[in-house]
Amino acid sequence: MSAAIAQRPESEPGYNFAYLDEGTKRMIRRAILKAIAVPGYQVPFASREMPMPYGWGTGGVQVTAAILGRSDVLKVIDQGADDTTNAVSIRRFFAKTSGVATTTRTAEATVIQTRHRIPETPLTEGQTLVYQVPIPEPLRFLEPRETETRQLHALAEYGAMHVKLYEDISRHGHIATTYAYPVEVAGRYVMDPSPTPKFDNPKMDDCPALQLFGAGRERRIYAVPPYTRVRSLDFEDHPFRVQAFTQPCALCGARGHYLDEVVTDDSGGRMFICSDTDICETRVAEAAR
Amino acid sequence: MLAPGFADPVHDAQGTFRAVMDALARPGRVRPLVADLAPPAPLTPELAAVALTLTDADTPVWLDPALAAAPEVAAYLRFHTGAPLTEDPAEAAFALVREPARCPPLARFAPGTPAYPDTATTLVLALDALTEGEGLHLSGPGIRGTARIAPAPLPDGFVAQLSENRAGFPLGVDLILTAPRHVAGLPRSTTVTEA
Repeated sequence: MSAAIAQRPESEPGYNFAYLDEGTKRMIRRAILKAIAVPGYQVPFASREMPMPYGWGTGGVQVTAAILGRSDVLKVIDQGADDTTNAVSIRRFFAKTSGVATTTRTAEATVIQTRHRIPETPLTEGQTLVYQVPIPEPLRFLEPRETETRQLHALAEYGAMHVKLYEDISRHGHIATTYAYPVEVAGRYVMDPSPTPKFDNPKMDDCPALQLFGAGRERRIYAVPPYTRVRSLDFEDHPFRVQAFTQPCALCGARGHYLDEVVTDDSGGRMFICSDTDICETRVAEAAR
Repeated sequence: MLAPGFADPVHDAQGTFRAVMDALARPGRVRPLVADLAPPAPLTPELAAVALTLTDADTPVWLDPALAAAPEVAAYLRFHTGAPLTEDPAEAAFALVREPARCPPLARFAPGTPAYPDTATTLVLALDALTEGEGLHLSGPGIRGTARIAPAPLPDGFVAQLSENRAGFPLGVDLILTAPRHVAGLPRSTTVTEA
């Protein structure tokens, strides 16, 4: 294994492996299996209090804890970055409570927990991507009542979502939704891909990796199995399009990656750099060789 | 004396779960399932491993007549999982089937409800053999193009039952297929046709 993988020989004593008790893991594991069997359907689960506040990835953490094994290699990203607070603290949490190896390299990871990005490096069959989801219900801002949205999903009644996208067009001339862009999974359920930029939506379609979604506060787990059709909702005359960037990454020169705008001074200076820190660092290191 | 459960409850359950998760996520693939258990006959080590991994006091379990006829099996499952046993397949969260050739019609198990399709029964079948690349044709989520799998033995009219099960999607039962040291999955989302 490469130097990027940090191996801790022993986990912290006093905790069960990966923090959660076995009864909780069983309950989450059953929810994950049903989520896989009904792609895009939100399975309710008995979300636990975690040693971090809701909104910091408690759903993703519980899913990761339920699937993680000793031989896994864990990567955690927050908006594409391995080195931001949320990613660092969740990675340390699992290193401490499970002793699993951690990495920042996408290709070396078997489980990748993510907050709002899909890595640029194409995922493979041996990998599972775990999303942290704040609001799992794509119809929530159109219909606040859970009893109603549950019926709408049961009846596959997604007209309101198309009206919302249409209103975007009538107001802005194009579909102005740029993140949490609704998708239809395997031709049936409309699903919130979590607040990933719509740039990442095409990566979910026919992906070789298993994709699991955990919403801790909202107590829902859902899944997209590998090689599953994930279609971004659109119209014939307004087809789905992703953001395009005019300039390459200022650090690694990559085109076709999702870029973050970084303000560099107080006189309007700014640069655009890859949001995926792993691929950016890898490319910079390769160019320096 | 009661047969022991997992030697390492945490990691053996995790390993079994990952094999089952992988199997259901990728129908048509046969996965190794290392079940180091010696449960009372006719319960197989693989059925026991899945039961110990996924069932507890929250999940009513239905036993097929072959398993129900052996009181040691019920005692073993009750002790190690705490799961309530039910005689009504429509109430079962999990159904353990030792003789798949005599499995009751899939329609007799819980299909879930339109609002909560996750309340459907998961059937765990103990087969003699699972062979990849021949037999039934599978397509659907988790499958790149098409896949083939040959589970044996199967009840008469099983493919017709499976296509009826698929037609009711998102309702329907999910199947975990086990054979000695192996596991495969047939979730309700999979379309199954004969050769």
